Amino acid sequence: MAQYKMHLLVCGGTGCRASQSERIAGNLKEEIKNLGLENEAQVVITGCFGFCEKGPIVKIVPDNTFYTQVKPEDCKEIISEHVLKGRKVTRLLYEDPSTKEHISDSKHMGFYQKQIRIALRNCGFINPENIDEYIARDGYAALGKALTEMTPQQVIDQIKKSGLRGRGGGGFPTGLKWEIAAGNKADQKYVVCNADEGDPGAFMDRSILEGDPHSIIEAMAICGYCIGATKGIVYIRAEYPLAIQRLKIAARQCREYGLLGADIMGSGFDFDIELRYGAGAFVCGEETALIHSMEGLRGEPTVKPPFPAQSGYMGKPTNVNNVETFANVPAILLKGAEWFSSIGTEKSKGTKVFALAGKINNVGLIEVPMGTTLREVIFEIGGGIKDGKKFKAVQTGGPSGGCLTEKHLDTPIDFDNLIAAGSMMGSGGMIVMDEDDCMVSVAKFYLEFTVDESCGKCAPCRVGNKRLHEMLEKICSGKGTIEDVEYLKNLGAVIKDTALCGLGQTSPNPVLSTIEHFYDEYKAHVTERICPAGQCKALKLYTILADKCTGCTACSRSCPVGAISGEKRQPHVIDADKCIRCGACYDKCKFTAIHVQ
Amino acid sequence: MFNNVFSVMEKIKITIDKKEIEVAKGTTIYQAAKDNGIHIPTLCYLNLDHLKIENRPGGCRVCVVEVEGRKNLAPSCSTECTNGMVVKTHTVRVLNARKTVLELILSDHPKDCLICSSSGQCDLQKLSQTLGIREIHAVENAAVSTYRKDVSPALKRDMDKCIMCRRCETICNTVQTVGALSAINRGFMSVVAPAFEQDLIDSPCTFCGQCVAVCPTGALTPFDDTGRVIRALSDPTKTVIVQTAPAVRAALGEEFGMEPGTLVTGKMVAALRTLGFDKVFDTDFAADLTIMEEGTELLGRISKFLEGDKNVKLPILTSCCPAWVNFFENNYQDMLDVPSTARSPQQMFGSIAKNYYTQLLGIKREDLVVVSVMPCLAKKYECQREEFKTNGNPDVDFSISTRELASLIKAANIDFNALEDDDYDSPLGESTGAAVIFGATGGVIEAAVRTAYELFTKKKLEKIDFTELRGLEGIRTASIDFNGTMINIGIAHQLGNARKLLDGIRAGLYNFHAIEIMACPGGCIGGAGQPLHHGNSDVIKARFDAIYREDAGKKIRKSHENPYIVKLYEEYLGHPLSEKAHHLLHTHYFEKNKN
Amino acid sequence: MNKIKSIDDLRKMKQDLESGMNIREKSNSPESLVQIRVAMATCGIASGARTVMNTLIEKIEKDKVQAVVTQGGCMGYCYAEPTVEVRIPGKDPVVFGYVDSKVAIDIIEKYIGKGELLEGIIPVNYQTINEKK
Repeated sequence: MAQYKMHLLVCGGTGCRASQSERIAGNLKEEIKNLGLENEAQVVITGCFGFCEKGPIVKIVPDNTFYTQVKPEDCKEIISEHVLKGRKVTRLLYEDPSTKEHISDSKHMGFYQKQIRIALRNCGFINPENIDEYIARDGYAALGKALTEMTPQQVIDQIKKSGLRGRGGGGFPTGLKWEIAAGNKADQKYVVCNADEGDPGAFMDRSILEGDPHSIIEAMAICGYCIGATKGIVYIRAEYPLAIQRLKIAARQCREYGLLGADIMGSGFDFDIELRYGAGAFVCGEETALIHSMEGLRGEPTVKPPFPAQSGYMGKPTNVNNVETFANVPAILLKGAEWFSSIGTEKSKGTKVFALAGKINNVGLIEVPMGTTLREVIFEIGGGIKDGKKFKAVQTGGPSGGCLTEKHLDTPIDFDNLIAAGSMMGSGGMIVMDEDDCMVSVAKFYLEFTVDESCGKCAPCRVGNKRLHEMLEKICSGKGTIEDVEYLKNLGAVIKDTALCGLGQTSPNPVLSTIEHFYDEYKAHVTERICPAGQCKALKLYTILADKCTGCTACSRSCPVGAISGEKRQPHVIDADKCIRCGACYDKCKFTAIHVQ
Repeated sequence: MFNNVFSVMEKIKITIDKKEIEVAKGTTIYQAAKDNGIHIPTLCYLNLDHLKIENRPGGCRVCVVEVEGRKNLAPSCSTECTNGMVVKTHTVRVLNARKTVLELILSDHPKDCLICSSSGQCDLQKLSQTLGIREIHAVENAAVSTYRKDVSPALKRDMDKCIMCRRCETICNTVQTVGALSAINRGFMSVVAPAFEQDLIDSPCTFCGQCVAVCPTGALTPFDDTGRVIRALSDPTKTVIVQTAPAVRAALGEEFGMEPGTLVTGKMVAALRTLGFDKVFDTDFAADLTIMEEGTELLGRISKFLEGDKNVKLPILTSCCPAWVNFFENNYQDMLDVPSTARSPQQMFGSIAKNYYTQLLGIKREDLVVVSVMPCLAKKYECQREEFKTNGNPDVDFSISTRELASLIKAANIDFNALEDDDYDSPLGESTGAAVIFGATGGVIEAAVRTAYELFTKKKLEKIDFTELRGLEGIRTASIDFNGTMINIGIAHQLGNARKLLDGIRAGLYNFHAIEIMACPGGCIGGAGQPLHHGNSDVIKARFDAIYREDAGKKIRKSHENPYIVKLYEEYLGHPLSEKAHHLLHTHYFEKNKN
Repeated sequence: MNKIKSIDDLRKMKQDLESGMNIREKSNSPESLVQIRVAMATCGIASGARTVMNTLIEKIEKDKVQAVVTQGGCMGYCYAEPTVEVRIPGKDPVVFGYVDSKVAIDIIEKYIGKGELLEGIIPVNYQTINEKK
């Protein structure tokens, strides 16, 4: 590999690409050429850095300068000042929200300080389209070690010992899963990588595939070696074109190097992968539904057992793991099960990647050790709530998870604690809500998603979620009763108790957890007909304060439905029955005489 | 499909509702309970064990039970018993869940039960009664999923009544391999329909109607022709005659509370006469005629084959079953010259009635109305095929199902059980035992063998019963010794089994001389027009046995010995495969380019 | 392209490739490494700082020294350019003036390698070479 004094790492993740990072990379290269620095500085397009809030990111090594929100126009300055003269472009450095100081090195940013990157170890570090960079970082060494120094059972034992659990949501012990698949005899077995990431707001799998595709291929080959499979299939959403492209490039490079194909590293082990595209149905993240979708059938779950490890793709033993789970595997084999299990909590080892979103300052992708508290994630890494508002709740586990509150902030995050708190790990979505969010509306939002994404196979999910959603809509429109809230609780419990697959069994969680933690808010909706957060339009009540109204008629002229009446220079009145709560009068009034409740 | 027969060896102990029982390993909770007198309700689960047909999607969630140590409720239909398992089928938790789930299903179901064509037959209605649902909790104006209605000549689809049990889908795809029905759309709007939202008539549907036979609600129902039959009967200018298919007599009694397998031939004839049909005839007569034509065709092809003719098409395939005809027209267009050209008995009867019987009566064909009573829905489609019409007048005017006949009888205030037995009219009402067994799988070929043997060997059959051809196995094979010449016979019922045979023939794997195929499980006795079996395949087995009982009781049991058939050839047709016979009793097949 | 036919092939390939990535690896944990900063302002460049920097980088690579070379702005010692600042973990930073290729090699071999002091050290009195936090 050529020697460069300076590497300019430009984020090539989907988020930063959407903000023109490709043009930035192009401009940087051009400026380097203009100044004749081609032999000194190299522009590398990497995977996601995680700090998407501040993208596009350009990081310059060796001095570890982290430029944020770079625009294509900034490139000239970066090259002429920083690369040529060694002067950092201060205005592009991250500004600490509390101290207002510019921080140059990402390691000193709150966002990165608490993170440990295992699954994301290569994201934002290597060029994902260059296998050499992966190999230079010990890539395929874990596969080599497994193939030449270990028996399949020894590898499985390592994974078991590491305590790695499935990162897709279920938290099933990965080593055990492999062991079961290995134990079933068949002429053909399959390794499947579940890249059908579907939680709203979650994009860790995509980032890993975009930023470090080789780690997934390597882990799949290791898994294939363990369970006795020669074929691997990546089931990936067709909506992830960049991840697909990078994965294809990676696979091609592997075949050129002989790291996929027959007799890998002279070990006699054959393995290759292929890609299958999912059409984006959320339920296809459920492993049996995923397998049916791959078989060309309707993407619907089936009752387990039989588990895929017994009868999966084409009726053959199949091991399905999620992307993030696989990403941990090579690191475990290289650094050892002890190292991995030293990180995390008693029953949840290692790290977990979360996608931070919502009313939080630092939106992005983070990887923290299991056991980190919600407070650390939200207030230290996430930089707290936007606009200094008050924290209200955090929704974990995507549409299947629940809302956690203030009192859960110091709960160490792991699989079991989240379930105990009425939510779940899920694939790692984390959506933060502030005082302006109506929790009934939040529950309604998630139900809308599950209603859309239900496959329709089992009655509780197909019809039950629809009814939950209708009931929530009724409450939000001010027509609910306290009995409705009670019925929501019963219906939610029955759906959880009877639905066929994980989607239905968890879909009432947002409703049940918000009823549990924000019962008063539901009560306010149905008894006082008030939305405390002021989000439910139908529950807003517009009135005119007679002492402030000058009778200027601006409001009555702006009302689209003629709900405001009154004589000139006399206080006006709003007819609540006619009012459609559009807020036009509120905007027009110059005397703050319109009162909203 | 998961079959329990392979793991019956090992026994395990479980407790259901405090009752300790021993079951074979691999048994489901549902089955273990059922075997011990605990009937857990279900809507989607279907198990026709005699026919090895199972639908077990685990989708309705009505059969959930509590299993100790398990987090959520278990679907009993698809949860296998494990040693020491403790199951409770009627705790408060279970009952609340079961009722709530049923309420949910009902909340998305029309409430017009009073006028639903499945009223009284509906599994959903019955379960709602059993669980005592009196109220449906849902918001006012709760959404209901709706879908365009579809009416074909044989069956109607009203998907608003679909509860997504997927039985029809399993039957259509897994059992029949027709592939006309599958779930489309998602979630609340999911519905079972042909691909690309086609209507059935444009789809690869064969109109076998087995989807109707298993539908637990009124979503899939037969096209009802009873109104047109009543109008014809009350038209003084028309002579209305009726033919009854062999399988009807073995099942009609069930509609009047009789045990499955009760033969009601005499009562049925009496009822039809009371209904006002001018003549009551028997499709069995035409079945004997079919044997004469098809048997002769078979012998012709075999003789040519034995003489070394390389162009002769063997095996000959039976062509009595209209759903089967639709199936090969859709799927085996390269083999359209393989099946026998003989028309089905229904159409042979119609043709003889409209051409020969009108002569005997001296009336115009337009003034004769031929009604058929069939166990079958595909017959409704068949009698409308253009090739079976003369100047737009069909040989068979209307085809009604066994269930439709029952409803006609009930509407006419006839106390069926009290009727005295009556006899068919002459001449088209006379038949042999060979014709009766057309109603069961293997029967057509057995009837053909009885005749072909004697015609081929010029010897009298020692033993009339070819038990080697009988049974409910999906595919059966036998070799019959025709006095030194071994004739290889294949038999398949259910179209999926037919496909296996046909694919084998296409690939040149088999060496059959003749193959009988029936679309429905068990043959016509399991037809979609028969009284509903409600998932109990004992019913079909009982009808199967009844058919052979009827045969055994017949004086004449070989088609070529039917004196009226002999007379028909002498007076009118000449001989089998004569030009006239070709014109009136044979047909040809069409390529249907349905994907 | 060469096929990787054995684990040794892979290991060899890694060895060949890792130097190209070293700069990134090292920047991950500069605190534990020797940090060398070349002043690369206009005055430095004019005096040959770029050549010095190249020499340093090549020498480090050749001798497999655990050090990272970065560039900085003008340190104010324009009279003594090119200037190079060296910070060995646990020691105070030292600034060398009038550095040329020969001195650069001496810095690595003698100062960093053996701990010998060299001529040309500019006395300094500031706190750290790192950016103010």
